[in-house]
Amino acid sequence: MSRILAILQKEFLQMKRDRLTLGMVFMLPLVQLLLFGYAIQTEVKHISTVVFDQSMSIESRDLLDSFSSSGYFDITGTAKGYAEITKMIDSGKAKAGIIFPPDFAEKLRKGETAPVQVLVDASDSMVSNSAIAVANSIGLLKSQKIIMQKTGVQSLPYDIRVRPWYNPDGITAYYMVPAILGIIVTMTMVMMTSMGIVREREKGTLEQLMVTPVKSYELMIGKVIPYIALGYLQITVALLVGGVVFGVPIRGSILQLYLLTLFFITASLGIGIFISNIARNQMQAFQMSFFVFLPSIMLSGFMFPREAMPSIIQYIGNIFPLTFYLTIIRGIVLKGIGFPYLIPQVMSLLVFSVIMMTLSIIKFKKKIA
Amino acid sequence: MEYVVTTCELTRTFGSFTAVDRININIRPGEIYGFLGPNGSGKTTTMRMLCGLLEPTSGSGSVLGYDLARESEKIKQKIGYMSQKFSLYDDLTVYENLVFYAGMYSIPYHERKKRVAEMIEMAWLAGREKDLPANLSGGLKQRLALGCAIISRPSILFLDEPTSGVSPTSRRMFFKIIQKLANEGTTVMVTTHFMDEAERCHNIAFISGGRLIANDTPDNLKNNVIEGCMVEVDLPDAMERIEELESLPYVKECSIHGPLLHVLLDSEGNVAVFDRYTGVKAREITPSLEDVFISLAKLQRKQES
Repeated sequence: MSRILAILQKEFLQMKRDRLTLGMVFMLPLVQLLLFGYAIQTEVKHISTVVFDQSMSIESRDLLDSFSSSGYFDITGTAKGYAEITKMIDSGKAKAGIIFPPDFAEKLRKGETAPVQVLVDASDSMVSNSAIAVANSIGLLKSQKIIMQKTGVQSLPYDIRVRPWYNPDGITAYYMVPAILGIIVTMTMVMMTSMGIVREREKGTLEQLMVTPVKSYELMIGKVIPYIALGYLQITVALLVGGVVFGVPIRGSILQLYLLTLFFITASLGIGIFISNIARNQMQAFQMSFFVFLPSIMLSGFMFPREAMPSIIQYIGNIFPLTFYLTIIRGIVLKGIGFPYLIPQVMSLLVFSVIMMTLSIIKFKKKIA
Repeated sequence: MEYVVTTCELTRTFGSFTAVDRININIRPGEIYGFLGPNGSGKTTTMRMLCGLLEPTSGSGSVLGYDLARESEKIKQKIGYMSQKFSLYDDLTVYENLVFYAGMYSIPYHERKKRVAEMIEMAWLAGREKDLPANLSGGLKQRLALGCAIISRPSILFLDEPTSGVSPTSRRMFFKIIQKLANEGTTVMVTTHFMDEAERCHNIAFISGGRLIANDTPDNLKNNVIEGCMVEVDLPDAMERIEELESLPYVKECSIHGPLLHVLLDSEGNVAVFDRYTGVKAREITPSLEDVFISLAKLQRKQES
């Protein structure tokens, strides 16, 4: 016990003197949240659109109004032919093109189906998904109106009432900020601890430590605890920024959030300390932590919804603590749920932490070769 | 207990390379045991095995009665070790480094201050407590590392080339501390390349190519190892003439010592012939430790090839 205290004291002293790292711990959540919180918008609006209107009629003007008033399409220019539209989309000046045939108005007046072509640049699927969905629904709504006028039907047969719970206004920041917080913690915790042992190995101080009576578990615990404190510090900064700048509400209990976060921090530290035990030098440790970090972002549900992934990939995603933590933090922050709903996630993180720490303790031999 | 360190056929291999080859050593309590040999001869590997840092491949050994292979953690509680590049934390002050190691050896809290103060006094570090090791001279760093290694008052101290890269004054100071520790009963095993340090050891082991090739007191080594007659001669063009001289049938070997040339002749009877050959009067001398080691190393190389 007294040895753990001695290691703790040393680690805190070293941490205190390492101004750069300490600054990073504060600045990282601040800068990343500000950058990503504003930058990441999954809903694509204001798609620049060119129009090739061969009809030049009230009807075509009316439909165009519907497109632009939806907020999704910004009519940025008109084209004088197919070639020009193609060129605009090819060059990226426009992401969508709307083409009215010459007989558009005529057909509408006669009561025939009037085709309108909407071209979408699907090389960016986020953009094209929005554009396609909105274009389709505009078509449906407009058709519906005309049919109702013609038939004199007053009400529609179906009335589907959608209520988006937890985030009724669909504010992306509500969804992103807690997730970014998870990313930041993964990044700093894994990377910083991954340096912990290997740095001492490189500097030669580890050899000196190995001839002392210190036990493997004492060293691991002493190395990990200071970073728990650091992790909490980061989370506090991130939650403050999220609340003050983005107005993200914390609907659940803050106390529970802090308590359950512990399991995520220990799981991340577990990965870090394990990496530090198997890496030969700091460069290797850095590369290995990246190897954990990238799939964490991709597979955890931060970037892409896990529901859309093939089940095997979903299983692989379950290796990463971030996957479970995203459920926990979104659950508490947005849904306002508590521990009883999150038991499976918390247990997974707990098991993960225990396995990683145990592996590290076993792997760390007080021997040189 | 007669010996505090004993090994029996201690061997360590790395892949196909045998770093330490069936070594037997015995160290008596309270003696300074010098461990000498060329670079890569297996000194550090042997020392690391004795400290419990490396597992022996075969053979056995014990330190303070504890078995090397099975009880290395018990050994670690009783020994001090200073590795080749003294590893201090450069972001901790002198004082903090010492306090940390005091903690690693679980020295009771009420005693830590006293122990740290003792070490600071021993290492002549008074007034530098708040300095970072980066701002200390090589000699001070080395003595601080020693302080960290002996803060637990170990009964055996292992020093792996503690004096490399340190000024002569600091080296002398360091060795005085070592001698004082030995006088107080600490057993010291030290590897070194410096003959003046070797001279101060009670016992010297010479290791080459992983084999122990000589083990005796410095005096016995000087008197018994070299067969023949060692002379010292002052030749102005000594450097160029080594090869020529070594080709003489009665000359065994030559080596340069400062401005002088040491020549080993087959016997005393050759001195007069040698004087006539060079035209300079050669002086008979007792071989120095350095002569002993050069001839031991040459012997070993000849046997290998």
